[in-house]
Amino acid sequence: MAARIPPLTPEQFAELGRELDALRRELVADLGEPDAAYLRRVVAAQQRFEALGRALLWAGWFPPAWVAGTAALSVSKILDNMEIGHNVMHGQYDWMGDPKLNSKMFEWDTVCPSEQWRHTHNYVHHTYTNIIGKDRDIGYGLLRMVDAQYWRPYYLGNPVYAFLLMVFFEWGVMLHDLELDRLMTGRRSWASTKALRRRMWEKSGRQALKDYVLFPLLSGPGALATLTGNAVANLVRNLWAFSIIFCGHFPEGVADFTQEECENETRGQWYYRQLLGSSNITGGKLFHVLTGNLSFQIEHHLFPDIPARRYQEIAPRVREICQRYGLRYNTGPLGRQIGSVWRKIFRLALPPRPVGRSELSAIPKAA
Amino acid sequence: MEQSRAVPVKEFGEVAGVANSGLVRAAVRRVLESPIVTGLTAPHGVDRYLGMVNPLWSVREIRAVVVRVAHHTPDTVTLTLRPNANWTGARAGQHVRLTVAVGGVLRTRFFSVASAEGSADVEITAKVNRAVSRHLKEHARPGMVVTLSPAEGEFVLPDVLPARLLLISGGSGITPVMSILRTLTARAHDSRITFLHYAFTPRDVVYADELAAIAAADSRVTLRIAYTEAPGAGALDGLFRREHLAGADHAAALTYVCGPAPLMDAVADLWAADGLAGRLLAERFVPVTVPSADAVGEVRFRRSGVRAANDGRSLLEQAEAAGLSPEYGCRMGVCHTCTTVKADGAVRNTLTGAVSAEPGERVQLCVTTACGDVELDI
Repeated sequence: MAARIPPLTPEQFAELGRELDALRRELVADLGEPDAAYLRRVVAAQQRFEALGRALLWAGWFPPAWVAGTAALSVSKILDNMEIGHNVMHGQYDWMGDPKLNSKMFEWDTVCPSEQWRHTHNYVHHTYTNIIGKDRDIGYGLLRMVDAQYWRPYYLGNPVYAFLLMVFFEWGVMLHDLELDRLMTGRRSWASTKALRRRMWEKSGRQALKDYVLFPLLSGPGALATLTGNAVANLVRNLWAFSIIFCGHFPEGVADFTQEECENETRGQWYYRQLLGSSNITGGKLFHVLTGNLSFQIEHHLFPDIPARRYQEIAPRVREICQRYGLRYNTGPLGRQIGSVWRKIFRLALPPRPVGRSELSAIPKAA
Repeated sequence: MEQSRAVPVKEFGEVAGVANSGLVRAAVRRVLESPIVTGLTAPHGVDRYLGMVNPLWSVREIRAVVVRVAHHTPDTVTLTLRPNANWTGARAGQHVRLTVAVGGVLRTRFFSVASAEGSADVEITAKVNRAVSRHLKEHARPGMVVTLSPAEGEFVLPDVLPARLLLISGGSGITPVMSILRTLTARAHDSRITFLHYAFTPRDVVYADELAAIAAADSRVTLRIAYTEAPGAGALDGLFRREHLAGADHAAALTYVCGPAPLMDAVADLWAADGLAGRLLAERFVPVTVPSADAVGEVRFRRSGVRAANDGRSLLEQAEAAGLSPEYGCRMGVCHTCTTVKADGAVRNTLTGAVSAEPGERVQLCVTTACGDVELDI
């Protein structure tokens, strides 16, 4: 059940906006050489993992080489998609002036064309975060992820759809911009998606050609080992990305919002919604790198275009701000957050239980 | 004060252990640009992987390694660059755009090529005034890798040399003129060349020794140096004036001028007064100026050819008001959907207040205003 937190006063909203704007300015003023050097190091590491993985899979008939090669390629794809791709395409490193690391020019190692992802993610999801009916990342038009989504018998399959989405996550991300649910119900015409579909064919065709045809052929007699290694690396990346991303907005206790609540929102109210609509994952340094620092989803949603390596350093201050305003800072270890997500996926597969009179009055009135 | 180190430029041809001939290179390039290699290296492209092996390797980009750093005068630095094989050479007098990372940010500046036409290395001399040149003065070392554009510019010699040439330069404006002088000295011709150079004091002349050597060895060259702050130290004193042209026969000569704006203006005025404007070639590097007043100048939309007076609103609103429809999303600086190449001009980010005038930088239209004339790639 979405937690309804009593809203702040207009003065508090204004003050919250000012505080977070000041924090943002402080971060922007401090960006420089160490941030650029960090990203270049991550890119260099990703390239080495990729080269290592491809080379080891060449000897993939030898089981330890297959395992090591597949692992290296998985890490390469995870780094490419998360700490590099996701963050670069947010414009976090646009200030470096490097066309190869620019939000508009970057293309990532997944089947989803970068410009379509930028639309659904940077614009739709990050602007309208957790607003029911506007943020299409709530359930991706496929799942029931908040109580406020009206239950239909279709949602009995919620856990199955979620499982399939997890396994085929890169394909799900690619199809996201088509808005299949709206196509099925006739609210969007197939003809209007022609250009989108052409780009999806191009990009996914190129990805499939590379991982499932060219590299296997290059391995000669070891083609099958390379093919399976590449497929497993893509799968590992899918499982990981799905799990991290679902922990960002779907654990229990994360707030969702109605469109009426968010009309004529001030800067402070926008920050408030980002704070309450996101959740973090605790972990070590390497863990955060592998999540693309999306384990600091709250900080990321406050400042989506600030280099993600900075989220860790500001997290204590954001937490302190939350405490002062009485706002929940939702965080926990991966096991607990992902467990909470899956419990929710199962719970919301079933229709809401009839609510008794006494329970109704216990829910604070929505803002 | 000079540092140098032999830095061999390895080209792809050498990888296979074959002599680095143009033919091998062309074949290797054809393979690297083939659909198969493109498919294998998608989506990042082959250059990203070539760079792992050698930072100079690129299929198309011109990358160059610094092989020599010289500090001829206190406020200049002279770099000798050895470009990879994508460099197709510069004509005497042309300039390049040099891109180098300063504090993690790639910055691009124009530099005239000072080396002679046809030389394998590219020499530039940077006058230290802003961040990029200061960075080069303090941090350039042999082995540093930079990116270059192909040579550009019309400040070049005609195909048929005239009987008389007059070269005028001031301060670090000597570089393109030096390239012309070096090229002409090495070539067989019977044109007479007068080189008139302006500097504050004798220690501010970048190529002093070489100039003296050329003047002594080449009877076709007459060298006259004017010191503006060291009376009596050279043949001439003070700022440019008509008397300095004595013996140069400027009316008959084809003249090249490069230097600070007051020198260039004075020369242009005199040539115009004498009805010789068509016989003067000028290379002008306008320093980047950032006007403080808002809402002045003109916003130009390069691709659509539309222009509008800057009204101080965000560039996104101004583009829309001008009838254009650039892509946009959040309109609050979050999503970077409206990010566009700003070809020219100074702009202010309304979120940070930061003003920047980097040519070719990408800006978020919804949170950017123009400070004076701005050109956008829409």
